[in-house]
Amino acid sequence: MSADGPLTADGPLAGAHLAATSGALRLHIPAPHARPGEVADFGYLAIPPAGSAPRPDPTCPAGETAPLTTGLVRVLDDEGRAVGPWDPGLDDDTLRLGLRAMMLTRAYDERMFRAQRQGKTSFYMKCTGEEAVAVGQAFALDRGDMLFPTYRQQGLLIARDWPIVDMMCQVFSNTRDRLKGRQMPVFYSSREAGFFSISGNLGTQFSQAVGWAMASAYKGDSRIAAAWIGEGATAEADFHYALTFASVYRAPVILNVVNNQWAISCFQGIAGGEQATFAARSAGFGIAGLRVDGNDFLAVYAATAWARARALANLGPTLIELFTYRAAAHSTSDDPSRYRPADEAAHWPLGDPVARLAAHLTARGAWSGERQAQLEAELAEEVRLAGVEAEGYGTLQGGPRASASTMFDDVFKEMPWHLRRQRQQLGV
Amino acid sequence: MSRMNMVQAINAALDVTMSGDPDVLVFGEDVGYFGGVFRCTDGLQRKFGPRRCFDTPIAEGGIVAIAVGMGAYGLRPVVEIQFADYIYPATDQLISEAARLRYRTGAEFTAPITVRAPYGGGIFGGQTHSQSPEAIFAHVAGLKTVIPSNPYDAKGLLISAIEDDDPVVFLEPKRLYNGPFSGHHDQPIEPWSKRPESEVPDGRYAIPLGKAAIVRPGAAATVLAYGTMVHVALAAAAESGVDAEVIDLRTLIPFDLETIAASVEKTGRCVIAHEATRTCGYGAELSAAVQEACFYSLEAPIERVTGWDTPYPHIFEWDYFPGPARVAAALRRVMEG
Repeated sequence: MSADGPLTADGPLAGAHLAATSGALRLHIPAPHARPGEVADFGYLAIPPAGSAPRPDPTCPAGETAPLTTGLVRVLDDEGRAVGPWDPGLDDDTLRLGLRAMMLTRAYDERMFRAQRQGKTSFYMKCTGEEAVAVGQAFALDRGDMLFPTYRQQGLLIARDWPIVDMMCQVFSNTRDRLKGRQMPVFYSSREAGFFSISGNLGTQFSQAVGWAMASAYKGDSRIAAAWIGEGATAEADFHYALTFASVYRAPVILNVVNNQWAISCFQGIAGGEQATFAARSAGFGIAGLRVDGNDFLAVYAATAWARARALANLGPTLIELFTYRAAAHSTSDDPSRYRPADEAAHWPLGDPVARLAAHLTARGAWSGERQAQLEAELAEEVRLAGVEAEGYGTLQGGPRASASTMFDDVFKEMPWHLRRQRQQLGV
Repeated sequence: MSRMNMVQAINAALDVTMSGDPDVLVFGEDVGYFGGVFRCTDGLQRKFGPRRCFDTPIAEGGIVAIAVGMGAYGLRPVVEIQFADYIYPATDQLISEAARLRYRTGAEFTAPITVRAPYGGGIFGGQTHSQSPEAIFAHVAGLKTVIPSNPYDAKGLLISAIEDDDPVVFLEPKRLYNGPFSGHHDQPIEPWSKRPESEVPDGRYAIPLGKAAIVRPGAAATVLAYGTMVHVALAAAAESGVDAEVIDLRTLIPFDLETIAASVEKTGRCVIAHEATRTCGYGAELSAAVQEACFYSLEAPIERVTGWDTPYPHIFEWDYFPGPARVAAALRRVMEG
């Protein structure tokens, strides 16, 4: 296994040059640094100190961001201090709201994960360890900005104060599910929340977001679009469509790659992360790129605000790689102990986003362990009460059910004769 | 009223809808400055400006994805896929996204987009410029599939497609762009100007989706066709001596079962013609639907005349193409049945 990462000066490509002289060809199959039973070790990652990345003006030429696509924008240091030019200077109240939204997201995940294990829903996906991505970005965006998420940005809805009862009703596919039981659990959609429908065909939203952003620009609107994609799905054509069209038409869109290291069982090297960073792909499209400590609420906020300012200046898209770690399983159908060391999350060098923001607030004198424990208890109770209410509207196990006749609605705006006939045949 | 070929009629439909609604945008490969490789968008960029009608990168999946995003915003994009043969990279966006967006969001988001694409053979396009992929889209819940067969219908149907709030795949029989085509490839090309269907009203008019047209009334047998094959069927009716009723489906989904069934119940015989490959082709669905609706009226087995189950072969184009002789033979067979 290679000890070199994409961030080291003499990365794997340097070795490839030497090997090329040996004659026989050799197929390279990337492999992660550790598998089950091996010692988790992220020592190969070069983590620059917080505060070391320069912050160019958001209106800079795209090329000036090139060094930022291989480094890492970090604000929070190991002592919980906010340092360097990317410190967004948020006040205590905003930070506490951010912390609360991240903690609520985590509490919500815990509750819904248990609900799946209890058979109340067929499926669930947690975002544990990645809360700063969705919450930090939602805080930096305007409420009118349109979000094109993946299934792991439930924090966007929570940060927008969307009722968690409504989210639970979708997960339970019950009578209050605004998607009428047609979508798998966690595939939320809410026009009112500016949250676009989640697709299981990964990556499709990335290019759609560019179309939305082009429409907004065409109409002279002031809202931008933001899209998310996992590092694994960047291999899909939609990623390249999105970057190409966004670059060509300078669409006001923020294109976020959430690099959480794992695409189900495949480490990020299988998606191309061994050779270059995902943020570095921006260079080939001539667009701005930033690589950000995704577990650093302040860095995530600052990078997103920077990209938003750039989009509003009609300078087009920014590709942001949010460097983070998927601490939980891919989904309730997944068992990560089959493909990575069981304790790998504990070794992640960028820590936990909730703990880091709490430490920062504490360092500012605006938070304490006592308040943290109190908030945790409050949120657990809030989620519990929401769960009781949502379960009252039905779960997978039982309770009131909508009529199956509704499954023929909304295929088309007006129901054509063949669907009317099929509905009659079903006898509902 | 103006005399138009099909290209001009399509252009007129785009012009009319763009004039009436600033949210109608037209884009695709070569459609902007150049006006499209078949000239369907000629002059639109000059008239409406490059923000209304523009060129795109060569990325069909991207083109449709952009349209879906614009549709979700509230625009009404009309995109051109240069050849229907190139549409496959866009099928994920069409099938998984556009077709299901209304459904999966409880109608909170919709994709009121129109995807135009020239399809079909007859121009020596080989296997990458001749295909008829309509059955793929007709099979998808949530997509409407429309195919005109003449200039008058092309304009009226395209206006309906653009104004429709659901995604529409609008396939244009490219062999008919400049004139009707009976399938007799060795005969001189006839221009549209000699045909009454080339008289196209100025301004807006709509032909409702889901309504077939009886283009030749007849009593002996029913021929179901669309696009180029409508003209082949008309030639076959004339040449076979069979008094066939030729129905132009115009919309494949939702299709006009009422008109079809009324005709087959009257004639008792049915020939289905399409250029696409036979197995699992759209004709299979039509055949099943006719059988279900008209079983007791049928006097003979339903016949299908289609392209062969091969890729569209360049030099054997006329061996592949289901021309009037094959349709006429099928008509005679159903009459013997």
